[in-house]
Amino acid sequence: MIHCFTKKHILSLSILLTLHIGAAEIDFARDIQPLFSENCTTCHGPDKQKAGLNLTDKKSARAELKSGKRAVVPGNPDGSELIYRVTTDDADDLMPPPDHGKRLKPAQIALIRQWITEGGRWSQHWAYLPLSQVAPPEVKTGAWIRNEIDRFVLAKLEATKLQPSPGADRNTLIKRLSYDLIGLPPTPGEVEAFVNDKSSGAYNKLIGRLLASQHFGERWGRHWLDKARYADSDGYEKDNPRMNAWRYRDWVINSINADLPFDQFTIEQLAGDLLPNATDLQKLATAFNRQTLTNTEGGTDQEQWRVAAVMDREETLGSVWLGLTVGCARCHNHKYDQFTQKEYYQLFAYFNNGDESSTNIPRSQQALADFAKTKKSHESKVKDLMAKIKKRNATLKKQLPMLEKLLCDEIANLKSDPVKFHSMELISARADVSDKVKFTEKDDGSLLVSGENPAIAEYEVNYKTGLKRITGIRIEVLPDESLAAKGPGRTPHGNFVLNEVRIYANANADFISKTPQLLKLGNATATYSQKDWPAKNAIDGKGGAGKNGTGWAIANEYGKPNSLDITLAEPLEIDTGIYLHIVLDQEYGSQHTIGRFRITGRTGQNPTDGIPESIVKLLKNNSGKRTTQETESLLAFVQTRDSEAIQLKANLKKLNSNAPKPPVMSVRVISQRKNNPRTTHILHRGEFKQPREKVFADTIATLPKISNRGEGDRLDLARWLVNGQNPIVPRVIVNQIWANLFGEGLVRSINDFGVRGDAPTHPALLDWLAGEFVRRKWSRKEMIRLITQSATYQQASIHRPELAHTDPNNHLLHRQNRFRVEAEIVRDLTLGASGQLSLKIGGASVYPPLPSGVAELSYANNFKWAVSRGEDRYRRGMYTFFKRTSPHPNLITFDCPDSNVTCVKRNISNTPIAALATLNNSVFTDAAKAMAKRLIKERNGDTERIAMGFQLCTARKPSTKEVAAFLALLKKAKLYYGENETEAKAFNGDAEASAWATLTRIFLNLDEFITRE
Amino acid sequence: MHPIQSQLEQTRRNFLATSASGLGGVALASLLAEDGLLANEFANPLAPRKPHFEPQAKACINIFMAGAPSHLDLFDPKPELNKRDGQALPKEVLDKARFAFIKPDTVKLMGTKRVFKPHGQCGMEFSDYLPHLGTVADDLLMVRSMHTDEFNHHPGQLLMQSGVSRFGMPTVGSWINYGLGNGSNNLPGYVVLTAGRGSSGGATLWQSGFLPSTYAGVLFRSKGEPVLNLSNPKGLPPELQHAGLETLHTVNKGRFEKIKDPEIASRIASYELASRMQTAAPELIDLSKENASTLKNYGVDRKDPGGGGRGKFGNTHQDFARNCLLARRMVERGVRFINIIYASWDHHSQLDNELKYNASVVDQPIAALIRDLKQRGLLDSTMVQWSSEFGRTPLGENRGGNKNATGRDHHPFCFSMLMAGGGFKGGHIYGKTDEIGWNVVEKPVHPNDLHATMLHCFGLDHEQLTYRFQGRDFRLTDVAGNVIKDWLA
Repeated sequence: MIHCFTKKHILSLSILLTLHIGAAEIDFARDIQPLFSENCTTCHGPDKQKAGLNLTDKKSARAELKSGKRAVVPGNPDGSELIYRVTTDDADDLMPPPDHGKRLKPAQIALIRQWITEGGRWSQHWAYLPLSQVAPPEVKTGAWIRNEIDRFVLAKLEATKLQPSPGADRNTLIKRLSYDLIGLPPTPGEVEAFVNDKSSGAYNKLIGRLLASQHFGERWGRHWLDKARYADSDGYEKDNPRMNAWRYRDWVINSINADLPFDQFTIEQLAGDLLPNATDLQKLATAFNRQTLTNTEGGTDQEQWRVAAVMDREETLGSVWLGLTVGCARCHNHKYDQFTQKEYYQLFAYFNNGDESSTNIPRSQQALADFAKTKKSHESKVKDLMAKIKKRNATLKKQLPMLEKLLCDEIANLKSDPVKFHSMELISARADVSDKVKFTEKDDGSLLVSGENPAIAEYEVNYKTGLKRITGIRIEVLPDESLAAKGPGRTPHGNFVLNEVRIYANANADFISKTPQLLKLGNATATYSQKDWPAKNAIDGKGGAGKNGTGWAIANEYGKPNSLDITLAEPLEIDTGIYLHIVLDQEYGSQHTIGRFRITGRTGQNPTDGIPESIVKLLKNNSGKRTTQETESLLAFVQTRDSEAIQLKANLKKLNSNAPKPPVMSVRVISQRKNNPRTTHILHRGEFKQPREKVFADTIATLPKISNRGEGDRLDLARWLVNGQNPIVPRVIVNQIWANLFGEGLVRSINDFGVRGDAPTHPALLDWLAGEFVRRKWSRKEMIRLITQSATYQQASIHRPELAHTDPNNHLLHRQNRFRVEAEIVRDLTLGASGQLSLKIGGASVYPPLPSGVAELSYANNFKWAVSRGEDRYRRGMYTFFKRTSPHPNLITFDCPDSNVTCVKRNISNTPIAALATLNNSVFTDAAKAMAKRLIKERNGDTERIAMGFQLCTARKPSTKEVAAFLALLKKAKLYYGENETEAKAFNGDAEASAWATLTRIFLNLDEFITRE
Repeated sequence: MHPIQSQLEQTRRNFLATSASGLGGVALASLLAEDGLLANEFANPLAPRKPHFEPQAKACINIFMAGAPSHLDLFDPKPELNKRDGQALPKEVLDKARFAFIKPDTVKLMGTKRVFKPHGQCGMEFSDYLPHLGTVADDLLMVRSMHTDEFNHHPGQLLMQSGVSRFGMPTVGSWINYGLGNGSNNLPGYVVLTAGRGSSGGATLWQSGFLPSTYAGVLFRSKGEPVLNLSNPKGLPPELQHAGLETLHTVNKGRFEKIKDPEIASRIASYELASRMQTAAPELIDLSKENASTLKNYGVDRKDPGGGGRGKFGNTHQDFARNCLLARRMVERGVRFINIIYASWDHHSQLDNELKYNASVVDQPIAALIRDLKQRGLLDSTMVQWSSEFGRTPLGENRGGNKNATGRDHHPFCFSMLMAGGGFKGGHIYGKTDEIGWNVVEKPVHPNDLHATMLHCFGLDHEQLTYRFQGRDFRLTDVAGNVIKDWLA
């Protein structure tokens, strides 16, 4: 133990004692089970039953054990082995064993003793019990009550002889509601109007206005996105971007704004694709479960990561809807909660046939309508052009006999000139990158490359030749003993990439002063080409580094000769000899250059150089009648040589390439596997390669039974969650809503409703609210309205030191809580107060300024952050592109979850790193500067400006003392910037603007500003 | 719930109650005084805390070689492997193995071109690529029997940094700061330094997981301001920064007097620490007062020899050397945990020249760091580590069936680690792999064992250092881990 218990611990223990000892009956689930879970069940639980004892099982606890004794003898604590074992002085018998470091305290032992005395009865853990039908209790001070919630709260306060806190003042109330419901600061005008509206309905009207605001969907959507582990990238290693992830975010915002009932909201996200006649948006909703990580690291076993993703889906369901940590049961029975490994895989079975897929959905309804219009216009243009093509083809058809004759003559001429290859006289050879690359001409006319081995190179080889009619060249790549892996490339493994070949012709050897003629190339063929690196890529006009480039390569043909034949589009006719300048462009990188090669000139032509073999064959058959098909083939060929037909076809191609594209985008979703559905097995130790016993889709024994329609799918599961009979889901969800309005849940452990979680502070209220949630048709807006209208919510959040001992953690709700707002809201409030904030809702993620060096930390520096321009630079924090391996520091610094696993409760930290961010980060200092200019523009006089700035940040007027403090700062700042023009210019343009920015920066750093009070 | 954790939760909501009279009459200034009970014990979750038992180590410099360097070419000589170069691996071994890129049907064993020599009195062997580390062999504990469960980089890196290969777990530095607090008043307790390219794990390698972000690693940057947002905005002079903070203090204090929420006091304290950090961090990275010989020993001004280092940016030789020197300066100033991440070791091809380049980046500075710490009497209380997520195959990698192998694939079954100082034995080799460096044959060490032993050196019992999250008491060592007594000095 590191620390002694503080006074408060002892205090709360004594409260515990007074509450339970000798008072009401001991409740097993409430009082005893947590003690067993904490201290005993690791060895005496569902997993291990040392001495044959399982303390999670009534039968086992009461049965005769191996030793002949019974752990629990109802009504007889002294005859119960359990009591002996936890109290004995005999170190061999003492439980928990002394070396485990745990020890039951006397008060805890007293509880167990009393429980056994009272009969040692087992009871179900509270969270699994049906919702209790409770009526709000009667209370003494009726005047305070605004609605039923307050009766529950006040009853407990009265029982402890406490008074609730007074209501918060109206400035605090509007700030609180604005922060809670829309996450934006109220404008001074809104504050003014509310403070002065003395009508009885003013407060409820304000709630109504904020619930109707479209920003409500952003604020509460972001709460849900935490649970959905929403992000814009894959997660593992390469962490590739998911450019369409935002469509799901939009779905969440819109659904919450439309107050989609939570039962439907649940069903669509877990199983929207399985709904009858599922709409595009219902399919999109399943992207909730596509937020899981993807591992595209080299050499992964995809089944491993599929299973991991399915496990994550199940565990997310456990945390978000059931408030249960089910993950432990991947490998073994849950040690504390009644949750077995078999049940884990039964739940897993529901998700096991939901496959990762994608679907096209319309970008927007407007885009669909626009598309219909442009499509119509395009189609009519196509129709016109098609008519022209048809007409030209008809003409060609008429001329066909004449054209046929011309073709036959052409073939006859070619036959007299067969293809031959000729060596040429080498003039020079060099590499552009360095003269240290050496070229040696060998006896066979080939060039061996040696010397420096650059990463990339262009070889420039000049030849002289007397050939009269050149139709192309042949490049042979050759092996050589001197090369690594015998070549033909200069990489250690023998490959190369020839990205481009360019051939220039000139009448003399001077290729420098006079621009030579670049010859148009016809076709390229090779004796061998590596997959994805075909011969034709060497003349496609495209280069490029690494795999981004195109070219010819020969992997696996190391140490062997191969050749690349390139024909000219038009033969080069020469009278007196000519110089050829041949460029071999090799820009792949990492020394993918050729080590030995030979270039020869080509003369003559194959008929097939210009006329396909099938046509040649067809023309030979001059025996009268052709079939219609043969005529069509000929006609098609003739069209390829007719300039008018070519032009028309090109026009058509261009038109089609500009055809309006359907305004759809592909989104990641889940869809049910149709072929070969998987069976589910218990995975030994959770390992995907160790399937054991087969299991079927089913839920947890402690919860109401599910009825599957068939084998059991996600739709069955989703409907079971929200059928109103399942008590845990409404409890968990209203508790989450409560926590977003009080900073803490009625169950403090929001993510753990299990045996080791906290018991509810107000169990009756929790059950009543859960019941209301179902009765109010799962409307979240109605629940928020109900809670915010309560007097409990409207209390002041001022701490009451006199209650420090009675209710130190505000379990009794004797006041509201104060807490710092979330990361995104820190940004939103700042930009909101400065006047810079864009109020645009939804759409693709944006890239606000990112400090340099952050993006570079992701894998192999593969991530570029192009800062958004215009309005998008000032969007709300929730729209910032979230890259999982390098998230924006302004988010992480303020405890934004990392989005790798579901987050049901955020941490709130208070660090110097956060202080530095709001003081110095450019987003915040720019806001301060903009705010300074706003104050100067909108108000005259120092005190008026201070009042406005202060009010923008706190929704209240500053006190005289506060004004004085700011005036003093202003005086110093004005003095300094009056004397230091350069600094003033650097900070905020001029002396006055800089002096005021010195102040606004402090306004924006006030604790009160970023705290929901 | 662990006592530290319950205390921290008190901190946030409840520390008024712990003072006998409540806060009422206590002046805010004294409340925030660093040496005062309240501020120290309750207002600051990074305040130093007592360990479970007497510690050896006070600080740790973990040098993490992301990408996984080849143990066979650096630390674990295998003459038999050289003899069998070009031969096939026995089928029974091959059938059980899983590879990232290797094609099992044509793969062959690949010997090393490196020459190993014994160093120091202990005769610890190092490859010729690590001449400097050899000079501090007698201070090093070399572990040749590490093994891991993970096969791909990112999960493997998570396992080494957080004891579990899942996301959302706190890293070692977070756990140690959670257990012991920070030894510095004006610098973060957990600092991260990087050189070269980004790692597979990115920022997940210094996350605090479910622990409060107070315990997350703070990245010190190699260029520009050392800590993000450290400098005042351009044109705002220090005197106005002070005046502004004073005004902020006055107004926040006024609010505290009215609202009495201790969280406001914490906020005031965090601004004061931020302000101190603004002075302390630039002083920390200012190397101008270091001796010329020190700079030279670490190789701070070395030239980059070129010839390797894929995807690097910046001058990796200088950056890495500087990081090692900065780590020593941080230790002197009380920083608890320093994570130096260098990611360029994934040598699927071109092993020889890439390894040569990367070894030359790290060899001299690490040796200099160990010697420097020793000379200053800091080595006994400072743990220095060389670690990675796994090792590399004794097989030549033949991706795509390529017969011409020049690299090695991922190998989780065994790899090597180095440790120095902080309670570890020097001049000692622990564990053994088989004759070709495929499996551990003696004294296997899992990352959970490593972490258990590290915590032990810090005076922390790995089974007692827990944090309750979602109903479970989590620990760095998950459900396993044994302290390796043989490592302890």
